[in-house]
Amino acid sequence: MQANNRAATALPQLPKSPTGIEGLDEITKGGLPLGRPTLICGSAGCGKTLMGVEFLVRGAQRYSEPGVLMAFEETGEELAANVASLGFDLNELQTRKMLRIDHVHVDRSEIEETGEYDLEGLFIRLGHAIDSIGAKRVVLDTIEALFSGFPNQGVLRSEIRRLFRWLKDKGVTTVITAERGEGTLTRQGLEEYVSDCVILLDNRVIDQITTRRLRIVKYRGSTHGTNEYPYLISEDGIAVLPVTSLRLDHEVSDQVDSTGVPALDEMFGRGGYFRGSSVLITGTAGTAKTTLGAFFARQVCKEGRRCLMFVFEESPQQLIRNMRSVGLDLQPLIAQGLLHIEASRPTINGLERHLVTIHRLVHDFQPAAVVIDPISNLISVGNINEVRSMLTRLIDFLKVNNITALFTALINTRTNQNEMTEEGVSSLVDTWISVRDLEGIGERNRGLSILKSRGMAHSNQVREFLVTSQGIELLDVVVGPTGIVTGASRLTQQLQEHARHLAAQQETERRDRELERRRRMLEANIANLRTEFESVEEELRQINTDEQHRQQALASGNQRIAANLPRPSPPPAGEIDE
Amino acid sequence: MEPLMPPIAHPEPASPEYLLHLFITGATPNSTRAVRNIKEICEQYLSGRYELLIVDIYQQPELAQQEDLIGVPTLIKLRPGLVRRLVGDLSDRERVLKALGLTTPPVSPPRHE
Repeated sequence: MQANNRAATALPQLPKSPTGIEGLDEITKGGLPLGRPTLICGSAGCGKTLMGVEFLVRGAQRYSEPGVLMAFEETGEELAANVASLGFDLNELQTRKMLRIDHVHVDRSEIEETGEYDLEGLFIRLGHAIDSIGAKRVVLDTIEALFSGFPNQGVLRSEIRRLFRWLKDKGVTTVITAERGEGTLTRQGLEEYVSDCVILLDNRVIDQITTRRLRIVKYRGSTHGTNEYPYLISEDGIAVLPVTSLRLDHEVSDQVDSTGVPALDEMFGRGGYFRGSSVLITGTAGTAKTTLGAFFARQVCKEGRRCLMFVFEESPQQLIRNMRSVGLDLQPLIAQGLLHIEASRPTINGLERHLVTIHRLVHDFQPAAVVIDPISNLISVGNINEVRSMLTRLIDFLKVNNITALFTALINTRTNQNEMTEEGVSSLVDTWISVRDLEGIGERNRGLSILKSRGMAHSNQVREFLVTSQGIELLDVVVGPTGIVTGASRLTQQLQEHARHLAAQQETERRDRELERRRRMLEANIANLRTEFESVEEELRQINTDEQHRQQALASGNQRIAANLPRPSPPPAGEIDE
Repeated sequence: MEPLMPPIAHPEPASPEYLLHLFITGATPNSTRAVRNIKEICEQYLSGRYELLIVDIYQQPELAQQEDLIGVPTLIKLRPGLVRRLVGDLSDRERVLKALGLTTPPVSPPRHE
């Protein structure tokens, strides 16, 4: 089994020719089949010709592969004029011999069939064009024009088959465009069978918004993305957006980005958001979601890193002015080139275009963080599924690039629920902060809480926060008799507490004074007693002395008596007598 | 008599009345047939008043783009009248003659019968 696998990987993969079209090479896993024909089909206005032209232009510009464009519908001048708006200079490429345009004019009225014929003329033209510049790429746009010019279908079909074969033998990578037919990929039902790769372009209008989609119908000898991928025709050409490119194996960072609000940092166990994670701030109207976003942006810029802000509600000037009112000046950051504010109306573009704009700006600006304010506005452009898929892609994209993303979303005031955040992105984001109105007696206050923070301990408290002219302040939690109190109740609570504290202090002081008084009183008593004791002692001492004197006197008297009557034993008897 | 006069008088010294270019690809069956057919037609209907140029585009591939060729063989009638392009081996004689404007003067109706 393992040996088999090894053998399989050792086999040469199908060689591919990169198109250079943004996203397409990703879906096709490397590009179009090298040296083989690819069919691009679609209805009018899908950008078939443009895709073909871009294939050639990118080939010439990026891969130095000359190309031949055989145009059946437009002349070289028309084509050059059409794609000039995309920055493709066909004339310059032609003079550099990197491109050759051959306009094939097919007019039924000028052609008279007079017998057997083949399309060798076309082959010779093409062969000559290829050989004259050493072309590696060929675009035939649109081959079915031949069918309108030549009535003999049998000849045409066999000749077109031969053409495909011939192009393969020539080893040129060919793109053939074709109009989409009824129920078939092409009108003639031929090209899709002889092509090795078929790309279907589709143009759909849903809710008045056009979405272009691309699908790879077949790709011989290669795996490919099978989904429908939105694509855009933008100022720089075609961009295809891989819908779900992520395999959830991106690198993760262990570093932490500060939220820009010190007190909010404290609520997170690690002091901020993980770098490269996605943060969602949801809240009802006027709960300072944007302000939180702006503070985060400033913090990122303060650290010398770049931040990109997409605002869908305000103009940059308005945002700057409004943020000044909370003591946050974004202007210098913009001047330093650290902050870029991209403002646009959500409705101006389809979702895909927004996504592409974001992709492109992120690519150009290389920010460390992206703030999108608010994502809920995008709902107005697409339905929830589309928005969700777009956001999934966006979050994936930012995560893969290790860019911290902060989204704000407005939630419905009445229900306090938002389907989008509830079902949609909330499971995608790593950190979810909820700001909401805490409506009390006659006032509303803002409360902030962390609903989730993956991989990080976080506070469970609802913290009241104030937006002051110095910025955002998170207040210390005040617990009242019925839980956490905010606003005026908090103030009352604080006042009451202050009064209680004061009273307690006074009480203590009073007790201290009482004690002092007592002590002094007792001390006075002690002094009195001591003097009394001293006088008693004095008295007693006096008595003692008197007694001693008396005893001495008595003793001397007795001696004198004993001297007169010398008997040794009587003194004790005499003493007893006494 | 009047219409017959100019063709005889003018084309002989200057340029012939009919100017035809036939583009072929080497010696493929279609090409050889086309050459045979056009020569036959010219000899039969336009003897003396035509100029036929046969080009092998294998030899001069740049002409293919220049002349906007797709199907081969192609006969281009440059004169007289509008430019007409005839694609094929010219075996559909009726159409060829019609395209060359040769239906009206049937030079050899008796020969046909």
